[in-house]
Amino acid sequence: MMSFDRRRFLKSASAAGIGGLLPMSLVRLSFGQENDSFTFGYISDSHIQQIRGNEFVRNWDRGLTRAVAEMNLLEPKPDFVVFGGDLAQLGTRAELDHGMEMLSKLDYKLYGVMGEHDYYLDLGEYWSELFGDHYYSFDHKGVHFVVLNSVLTYDEWTYERWESAERRMAEMAGLDNPNGSPFMVGERQREWLKQDLARVPRTTPIVVFSHSPLQKIYKGWNFWTEDAEEVQAILAPFEKVNVIYGHVHQIQYNQIGSIAFNSVMATAWPWPYPSTYAHSGSHVPVLTVPMNRADPFNERDATGWQFVNLHTGRVDMTYTLYDNKNRTVAFNAATGRPEDVDFQRPSARIPPQHHY
Amino acid sequence: MGLPPLPIPEDNPQTPEKVALGERLFRDVRFSSTGTVACAKCHVPEGSLTDSPLQVSEGVNGLTGTRNAPTVWNAAYNRTQFWDGRSSSLEDQAMHPFLNPVEMAVPDYDWLLEIVRGDRNYVRAFRRVFGVQPEQITMKEVTQAIAAFERTKISGNSPFDRWYFGGEEDAVSDAAKRGFEVFIGQGRCVSCHTIEQDHALFTDHRFHNIGVGMNEVEDAIPELTRAFLVAKARGVDVDAEVLSNPKTSHLGRFAVTEDLSEVGAFKTPTLRNVAVTAPYMHDGSLATLREVVEHYNNGGVTPAGAPVSAYLSGGIRPLGLTEQQMDDLVAFMEALTSPEVQAALDATRTTQVAGGNR
Repeated sequence: MMSFDRRRFLKSASAAGIGGLLPMSLVRLSFGQENDSFTFGYISDSHIQQIRGNEFVRNWDRGLTRAVAEMNLLEPKPDFVVFGGDLAQLGTRAELDHGMEMLSKLDYKLYGVMGEHDYYLDLGEYWSELFGDHYYSFDHKGVHFVVLNSVLTYDEWTYERWESAERRMAEMAGLDNPNGSPFMVGERQREWLKQDLARVPRTTPIVVFSHSPLQKIYKGWNFWTEDAEEVQAILAPFEKVNVIYGHVHQIQYNQIGSIAFNSVMATAWPWPYPSTYAHSGSHVPVLTVPMNRADPFNERDATGWQFVNLHTGRVDMTYTLYDNKNRTVAFNAATGRPEDVDFQRPSARIPPQHHY
Repeated sequence: MGLPPLPIPEDNPQTPEKVALGERLFRDVRFSSTGTVACAKCHVPEGSLTDSPLQVSEGVNGLTGTRNAPTVWNAAYNRTQFWDGRSSSLEDQAMHPFLNPVEMAVPDYDWLLEIVRGDRNYVRAFRRVFGVQPEQITMKEVTQAIAAFERTKISGNSPFDRWYFGGEEDAVSDAAKRGFEVFIGQGRCVSCHTIEQDHALFTDHRFHNIGVGMNEVEDAIPELTRAFLVAKARGVDVDAEVLSNPKTSHLGRFAVTEDLSEVGAFKTPTLRNVAVTAPYMHDGSLATLREVVEHYNNGGVTPAGAPVSAYLSGGIRPLGLTEQQMDDLVAFMEALTSPEVQAALDATRTTQVAGGNR
């Protein structure tokens, strides 16, 4: 374990809001030693979309390509990178292959999380050839990592309702779709999770990766997992649980009991539309501080990628945001929940623009 | 016409004596290790205030830097100075070229101040302007005087200004008017080269990777960024490093902020007088305005079809402009030259022609 002083130094460095590359580089350079502290990178929701043949939506390609290139520049190097799901838009081999070709430029070991856009065409079959199991766990430097496929739903919806796989995929891809169906982890996976965690000491930090939030935020957009409470109950006995999810294309964080929740940004586009877009009231999830702008000129605006520092056994998430101020959401031990290092106080927030 | 009020720092008010002193310092070749390089060498006051047509600037002993000299015209409006914005004011900017080994390369500021303190004319001028004795002259007074001179180099009143802000219908050609429509429309130029309601500086004062220079370094970026960070953490001078190493130079704003999303990003320059400051871009790699327009039309690559940089700014995308639209855009930019700049250039050319005939 690192010394108290070092931990305090790291903490104050991030508390001072020096997000991004600088503080960690200087720490590593000035201490000049390896230690148990490590980081990992997180890229999510690239939605690679085929137009026809070799033609793909350029904007989504640029987002993933740029995130991969910048991830390779991180110092110190992350130990591994997670892709948080929705690599493809409609789950086709062409989309998954094209996305994987871009991801293969990463200099790091890659772990995959299943997203609904990867799953509902062939129920994750081709995705498995590229990434492996749909759910699994691994241990790394004293932390137990669990990856869940949280985008399953009722068997009847999945296996019986639709005349074609394409139709099934299209229905699940819609928002506010009365034909949609809520995501769930499901009983079989929850049983597996119980058994997987049975051998893990209660004091071991746990990090869970899922595509959908393992909490209930907004059902119409599936910012939701139907059996979230059951999953939380399995995780609750552990002292330090961190859930990281994609799908929401925005920064969210929350604390339920011992479980800290952090979302990650998309490389493709932001949800929800920022408040400047919503001329009348929108159903913005309650946990969300809306994006303060989306610049229609800048395709990368309100998208990004992130890296996670686990030096306390809790997730400190630093977001790289284009043409914007980078943000860090770090676990605050004093309040016992994740907080935005710079913008937690409402008075510190940048007000949205109200003229057009 | 066409310019906003000039920002002048409270602690450095403009006076005619100070401006005159600043101009003398600006033109003084003694402030270089070889006694041959003044500020005015790369920012020629008789014209564009650049060293056009050089691609990159030449300092002492013919040493070349890595960047195309930005014009001093209207630099007083810049929120940051240098292509990567590593300096926050004209006063601070003036500190750096003296010491830079590929620019003026003086050993230290005392060396330079000795010259000033030993010059009777300077001593008299500094006493009158700043009320200081010779031994009290520091770089603060030197750079304040230079900055005051630079703040007189503002230029509006271009044909565009007379047309757009002045309502003078025949001030610009039809091609320029069509080009303006492309500029604010399909060309998307105005998103960064901004225009306000009653003035236009043609810059958003921000930094963007527009794909220039990236072809040369794309694959080496991971090594370059790492090597640069290590060097910087060990105290290497950023100013010297970015001007002496062409590859490091292409890191752009990253070298200043260390922000991974600013790799290869450079400041949006003003477009005023752009027609007389060729060549273009931070490395002077594009020879003509037409080449610049084509670079943007290609979606941030030159030549067309070259690989797109992974670090490209999200604002840069293929534009689908026609040949006519690109020609019109160039005509628009040619309407941004101020009369005083044009007059200075014409005078220089006349002198040269006269000299040649003698």
